[in-house]
Amino acid sequence: MTLALYVPRATVVHRAPAGLKLLSLSLTGVLVFAVPTLPVAAGALAAVLAVGLFVAELPPELFGRQARTLLWWLVALLALHLLTTDPETGAVAVLRLLALVLAAAVVTATTRVTEMVAVVEWLCAPLRLVGVRPARVGLVIAMALRFLPVLAERADAIREAQAARGGPVRGLRATVTMVVPLLVSVLRMADTVGEALDARGADDVPAQPSWRRRTGGRLS
Amino acid sequence: MRSRELVHIALFAAITAVLGVVPAVNVGPVPITAQTLGVMLAGSVVGARRGFLSQLLFLVLVAVGLPLLPGGRGGLSVFTGPTAGYLLSWPVAALVIGLITERVWRRYNLGWGVFANVLGGMVVIYAVGIPVSAAVLGASLWTTSVAALIFLPGDLVKAVLAAAVAVQVRRSYPVIEPRDRAVAPR
Repeated sequence: MTLALYVPRATVVHRAPAGLKLLSLSLTGVLVFAVPTLPVAAGALAAVLAVGLFVAELPPELFGRQARTLLWWLVALLALHLLTTDPETGAVAVLRLLALVLAAAVVTATTRVTEMVAVVEWLCAPLRLVGVRPARVGLVIAMALRFLPVLAERADAIREAQAARGGPVRGLRATVTMVVPLLVSVLRMADTVGEALDARGADDVPAQPSWRRRTGGRLS
Repeated sequence: MRSRELVHIALFAAITAVLGVVPAVNVGPVPITAQTLGVMLAGSVVGARRGFLSQLLFLVLVAVGLPLLPGGRGGLSVFTGPTAGYLLSWPVAALVIGLITERVWRRYNLGWGVFANVLGGMVVIYAVGIPVSAAVLGASLWTTSVAALIFLPGDLVKAVLAAAVAVQVRRSYPVIEPRDRAVAPR
């Protein structure tokens, strides 16, 4: 499946543990907001670009694309600050936002979805106290991804069937007459999938921390 | 939680994701998307608990690096950008819609549906999205509130649409169990 923002490369950044990268990202966020000065904001942006371009060897277009989606925000932000505060505060706000968004993009581009899912499961571990089973979080993520093409296929099938009967194809009414059978059909499917899961014993997995299952009980 | 409920959670996360493919109408920097329709449908078809978890799951899918937001956006950068608050409010919005829907389930109709969707899918989303936007941008609440007005017409259409769909799904394949005073407490 090509559905991911991951950019494969063999670099130190790619190999670094996902948890470490996420921690660095949140620390960067805390830093640039706690110390709102020009050198810190500019330094953070420079550091992010240096790590992203030269250490992680990510394509410059990736940063261009991210910056472009932000362009309007940045322009509006700068204009607002020029009108209400001083240019330096405006520059700090712009550089800070750019640095954070690009830093997050670096983490996403250098970390596989599976690694991120493992971090999510790990983060969910304390939720066992309130009855969440981390392994099921992984199961639900996998199911959601599998449902994406299923939904698209069923939507197409219903749209074609209704067009063949000469029903409306555009407009609000058409949307309602399309979405209702689609929902009913996938809710039916949910019953079947739920039964299939039960039949395979998904209902009585013993609550167990995920590291125990993966490592056979060793903590390392 | 029963397996069927897990499937419902996955299903409605996927529905919100698929609605991201519907082309967004860009008004300035803000994409007006069909995805909040998914948020409203989740709350009004599978209820508060599953609705909340399904939209939380959707955000997890975005955060782990899947390009599920309109225009193929995704990854952690959307959570550090100016529209982060709008996204983060989605689970709460589905929760509020679900709570209202469960409450009025026996007499649920288009009017109640629109009421729930406007309160949960618009008031809640704006109440979280606007302040976060203002904080990230360092702008005043007033400025960002005026800017958020461009969401209003599209969101109203979506609220009515989601309610119309929910009314029909309730008639043909109801999932929510009613939670009101007429039922003995479980």
